[in-house]
Amino acid sequence: MTLDVSRREFLRVSATAAGGMLIAFRVPAAPATPTPPEPEFAPNAFVRIAADGRVTVIINKAEMGQGICTSLSMVLAEELDADWSRIGFEFAPVDPVYAHPGFGIQMTGGSTSTMGMTEPMRQAGAVARAMLVTAAARRWGVPEADCATAGGAVAHPRSGRRAGYGELAAAAARLPVPDGVPLKPAAQWKLIGRPTPRLDTRAKVEGSAVFSIDVNLPGMLTALVAHPPTFTGRARRIRDAAARAVPGVVDVVDVGSGVAVLAKGFWPAKLGRDRLEVEWDLGEAATLSSEALRQHYRELAGRPGLVAHKAGDVDAALAAGRVLRADYEVPYLAHAPMEPLNCVVDLRADSCEIWAGSQFQTVDHAAAAAAAGLPGAKVKLHTTFLGGGFGRRANPASDYIVEAVKIAKAAKAPVKMIWTRTDDLRAGYYRPMWHSRVAAACDEAGAITGWRHTIVGQSIIAGTPFEPMMIKDGIDSTSVEGAADLAYAIPNVLVDLHTTKVPVPTLWWRSVGHSHTAFVVESFLDEIAAATRQDPLALRRRLLQGKDRLLGVLELAAAKSGWSTPAPAGRARGLAVHPSFNSFVAVVLEVSLERGWPRVHRATLAVDCGRTINPGTVTAQLEGAVGFALSTALYSAITLADGQVEQSNFHDYRMLRLHEMPAVDVHVVPSEAQPTGIGEPGVPPVAPALCNALFRLTGRRIRRLPIRREDLA
Amino acid sequence: MITLEVNGRSVVVDVDPGTPLLWVLRENLQLMGTKYGCGAAQCGSCTVHVDGNAVRSCVLPVSAAAGKKVTTIEGLTEPSGAALKQAWIELDVPQCGYCQTGQIMSAAILLRQKRQPSDADIDACMGGNVCRCATYVRIRGAIHRAAALARGGAR
Repeated sequence: MTLDVSRREFLRVSATAAGGMLIAFRVPAAPATPTPPEPEFAPNAFVRIAADGRVTVIINKAEMGQGICTSLSMVLAEELDADWSRIGFEFAPVDPVYAHPGFGIQMTGGSTSTMGMTEPMRQAGAVARAMLVTAAARRWGVPEADCATAGGAVAHPRSGRRAGYGELAAAAARLPVPDGVPLKPAAQWKLIGRPTPRLDTRAKVEGSAVFSIDVNLPGMLTALVAHPPTFTGRARRIRDAAARAVPGVVDVVDVGSGVAVLAKGFWPAKLGRDRLEVEWDLGEAATLSSEALRQHYRELAGRPGLVAHKAGDVDAALAAGRVLRADYEVPYLAHAPMEPLNCVVDLRADSCEIWAGSQFQTVDHAAAAAAAGLPGAKVKLHTTFLGGGFGRRANPASDYIVEAVKIAKAAKAPVKMIWTRTDDLRAGYYRPMWHSRVAAACDEAGAITGWRHTIVGQSIIAGTPFEPMMIKDGIDSTSVEGAADLAYAIPNVLVDLHTTKVPVPTLWWRSVGHSHTAFVVESFLDEIAAATRQDPLALRRRLLQGKDRLLGVLELAAAKSGWSTPAPAGRARGLAVHPSFNSFVAVVLEVSLERGWPRVHRATLAVDCGRTINPGTVTAQLEGAVGFALSTALYSAITLADGQVEQSNFHDYRMLRLHEMPAVDVHVVPSEAQPTGIGEPGVPPVAPALCNALFRLTGRRIRRLPIRREDLA
Repeated sequence: MITLEVNGRSVVVDVDPGTPLLWVLRENLQLMGTKYGCGAAQCGSCTVHVDGNAVRSCVLPVSAAAGKKVTTIEGLTEPSGAALKQAWIELDVPQCGYCQTGQIMSAAILLRQKRQPSDADIDACMGGNVCRCATYVRIRGAIHRAAALARGGAR
């Protein structure tokens, strides 16, 4: 591919979806991708059209199941008037041109991909289309205005001429990139909003989709790492003779974060690691225990914290009204993606290639370069499919990437580092453990006059490069989101925060702060409804007047679930509604007890996530969110004893199984608003809806997750 | 040297006989559709067929598969397997996709045993396969759909 200098100029587009900021994207000077075998038309960094008409969309996001490859391809193809059957995609190399329009780095998170990238991808498609039209019009000597596009071809209806995009690609590639190309009006959309099969399904069904664990290189060694038993541990003494004696074991190296066994394959590496004897310095974390932390947090919750939100005079309201109080607790949680963390590194004297299911390309690339001791330009990061992410593969510390590069440095051969399931569960970077103390005052009519919420837990942002952006006046916005911005109309509110310092690494985990705040807010609101003998729906309705989108999903879920009718015998319904990631989700769960344990029969969800690009994806994300959140509410906890994580595999870090999955009905509020988040917003309201249903069923209020059998009896 | 038949082809591998079949498939035979998830037969991502039974290949020593017929997702060509793949595609089942080949391999055994599995049959057969994305609603739907396709009842 040759590019003339004029087309390297910056192309500016107004990304209204990203808060109206101007973003710039330029034609990358042939970014890390190899030269294509034949000339392709590459008007910008997001699309290439080959001479045979194949269209390749460049995806700057991690595909971890959310369907983003398809959604972004759809919006680009829409403006391009492409033939959908000729669309393919590939993952972008690391380049500033692929940065997140809001966060300024190449990353996937915060349920922002559709919101941030829809307009740039439409623009990219529209520019390509305009250039193809110009090329055709010049070839035929006709006005551009008389040309039309559809199905991957330009036509001139008056003369009956028609040329496929592939035929025009070479000519279009010689044209200057136009500015200010108009986008299609929504009324002309053929793809956006139409249920469209995912582009990655077939490969995933046939087993040919490449995750980083599937990457093989000639001469590659497999590395397993013995990590210290605590988060502050280091190897003091290593006895590796027995490990090295295992046939196939090639080397044993201490890389600081652990001791790696390098071998010709997973199994010898595993056998070698099993035979490794390491004496560890355990460090300060050796005394940590979840029980002691719980007591410490409970004590902190009784003291005033840093104020995150204040309205009116909550003390006066609590002094005057009828007061309800409660404490809520949630544990550390592991992301536990089905593909355990792994990374492939080919480190040479003056180059480094990495294959990883990264959600955080800019950060991982820079960390890898630093670990390799190479300038960034010498480091190439290939993003593969992710066998689940949920935030774990977006780590500001790039822990597993750095570890793999360090191992490769010692190995002097290409390396695939694989964490076993146990390694993955015990390696830290958890959703923090949280304690919430809430109090509410009500008047005689049942109106809530005061609301106080004290939150205790670790900051996931402190100490990361995101601190200046996300911590203001000592408040980590991700600690209090969903609580400090309480949607309910209550005159006197105080939300305060104790940020604890505990040597347990923490990280964002699908729905981040909302994963604990929604549980507290939506459960406690139900407690208030019960104590004041109000219907939970009626109380919420009363407190959400004017919040039309939130009210909209609440009413829709209530209506579709049959909220106003009695639940079937032996069952009860629970309701919760929560805004997050600029979207709105309400959930009604229908629940019974079977042999003393919750059985969720039916989940009815209503969502308002703005305009829907691919309706099937929206439904899928909410179906999945129900199961993901039920796993958490019913089973998941990472606990510590003597500084060590107690869980080791799926038997003690349980996942919901198929037979436990409820039927899920998803109802989408039609909207022409800009698309907003869908990967995460389904998660927060599920746990409180479950506990609210269980309260109606048993009269017992669950204030601690995961649910324990004794809390129900 | 251990001889086994993988996807209809006789192969000889020179590995420690205790090596789990999973790693022989992935590392010696480059059949990457079978996935590592837990190493302890707890998640089903590594499910393959050995002499017609669903087996968690992450815990089965390759020596135990010697002389037996092993089928992986790449070799699942029987009509009900094709029906499963088609149904999985029709319903757009996968999200991250990592566990799905194991899910399909488990479902294939079910369809071999039951032409028209009930929800209870599906519950009983599929409980060993974890999906962290929780695509279970669609997995159930796709098994019913595949059963219909395999019975010749397309549409």
